[in-house]
Amino acid sequence: MVFVATPFLASWKPSARAKAMGAPIEIDVSKLEPGSMLKVEWRGKPVWVVRRTPAMLKQLEAAVPFLADPASDGSVQPAYAKNEARAIKPEYLVVLGVCTHLGCSPLPKFEAADVTVSADWPGGFYCPCHGSKFDLSGRVFKGVPAPSNLAVPPYSFVSDGRILVGADSTQPA
Amino acid sequence: MGTESYGTSQAKGLWGWINARLPLDKMLKEHVTEYYAPKNFNYWYLFGSLSLVVLVIQLVTGIFLTMNYKPAAAEAFASVEYIMRDVEWGWLIRYLHSTGASAFFIVVYLHMFRALMYGSYRSPRELLWIFGMLIYLCLMAEAFMGYLLPWGNMSYWGAQVIVSLFGTIPVIGDSLSEWIKGDYYISDITLNRFFALHVIAIPLILVFLVVAHILALHEVGSNNPDGIEIKKNKGPDGHPVDGIPFHPYMTVKDIFGLGMFLLVFCGIVFFAPTFGGMFLEAPNFDQANPMQTPPHIAPVWYFTPFYAMLRAVPSFAGTQVWGVIVMFGAIALLFFLPWLDRSPVKSIRYKGAITKVALALFVVSFVVLAYCGMKPPSPVLLLASRVFTAVYFAFFLLMPWYSKIDSTKPVPERVTYHAH
Repeated sequence: MVFVATPFLASWKPSARAKAMGAPIEIDVSKLEPGSMLKVEWRGKPVWVVRRTPAMLKQLEAAVPFLADPASDGSVQPAYAKNEARAIKPEYLVVLGVCTHLGCSPLPKFEAADVTVSADWPGGFYCPCHGSKFDLSGRVFKGVPAPSNLAVPPYSFVSDGRILVGADSTQPA
Repeated sequence: MGTESYGTSQAKGLWGWINARLPLDKMLKEHVTEYYAPKNFNYWYLFGSLSLVVLVIQLVTGIFLTMNYKPAAAEAFASVEYIMRDVEWGWLIRYLHSTGASAFFIVVYLHMFRALMYGSYRSPRELLWIFGMLIYLCLMAEAFMGYLLPWGNMSYWGAQVIVSLFGTIPVIGDSLSEWIKGDYYISDITLNRFFALHVIAIPLILVFLVVAHILALHEVGSNNPDGIEIKKNKGPDGHPVDGIPFHPYMTVKDIFGLGMFLLVFCGIVFFAPTFGGMFLEAPNFDQANPMQTPPHIAPVWYFTPFYAMLRAVPSFAGTQVWGVIVMFGAIALLFFLPWLDRSPVKSIRYKGAITKVALALFVVSFVVLAYCGMKPPSPVLLLASRVFTAVYFAFFLLMPWYSKIDSTKPVPERVTYHAH
């Protein structure tokens, strides 16, 4: 039974072509304006790069009382991104733009006190599907459906303004 | 053929020749002309035959849609537009199929509610009920996979949400959802396999289950609004005294019902095929875009009660699997209905006030949850979803208790029937 079923079940796994198309990608962030966001596609998922201003980095502290897991203990990120900025260089946030609830893509709401979210909004990302909220480091708020912070993909800096998404020193391309 | 006779049929000519080799005549008698149905059937008993009609509509229109549809991410959306604009009568075939999907759920929900009212799931019809529930499961899988095929943006993100449900299962979740998708995201590969399942695998199972459902029904006999076993009271001819042959009596009634149904169905197909965004959602007129979630994701109306439950449960202990458990639990509970109901009577007609109130609350909770699931999340709707999810579960989980203590009225010997 198992012997006969194996080829059929295994045929559903990502094919060699699907795996090849999931290879790392290199992106140029040198021309990104401070305070703005770049969206790129990696493995069919949006990867966000936000170039944070010093003011936005300050907002991270303001958000802490709202957060469920400010230290990123329960979320997916490489060791080098397990810090308050959740980044190698605090200026550049690299996260998967996929809500950890059910995979929708949250919207950027960077302005603090944005009334479309709430009056005490410290700035971050808002998921339109089920109302989950994340701060400017992709850390999840308390009392929302999403269980954990946004995932940080493996990445590395090839040079000052170039990021390789999908590969780092522990997972070479 | 001489004087030899094979089989049981006495017929002559071609009919006789066939029946000597295939028991067509015998099957017709058993399932149509000499299947005795209770004479007190009311209009609630139309929805079984109507679901069969809708199944045929879906099979036929579906086959014709595959002749022009392309199950590939690059071509799917355009091929549906091609069907709508360039294929002769393509728009009609597609609207029949898309309206048919919603119609299927309407008649099936009414059919299931009929069973709830008259206790049609009670002994000896437990297996009949379970076959029905399996049909309902297949129908949900069929609807979900079919909804991805037009490759609109709502198709895409709807599938994204549902496949992610499997990703919430601890430990195996991620590899399971990757296995379902065949890729790291919902892609061409996923679309292609959903097409295979939607047009071949699930319809085959569905047709098999429908045959099993009807065979099981004809073995135990139909229930009726009084919940009385008509087979317990047979006349000298061996037929139930309160039974009448399915053909011509019930076929005439069903054809009348079909006429009424087609009036409404065709009205929607021709004048309101999107049904105000409920049958075909507006974001689905945009092509699938993995980078852009529609501002508000809602499944098609028939899934919204369960979707509201999913949203009502917050995550805790670092996982949101609880909402998924509640959602699937709401469907799983229905399977156990035959054993949850401990009332000495079957039909709502002879049950007491507690059961009537419970059933009414259940209907209210289903409708309110359906509404909550359609709307964007808000604190008021979240509260309503939580309250009515509790009501929905209480209807089932408290049933062994309230169905037992509830008062009952005496059940008559014969069915209630007023000749016109």
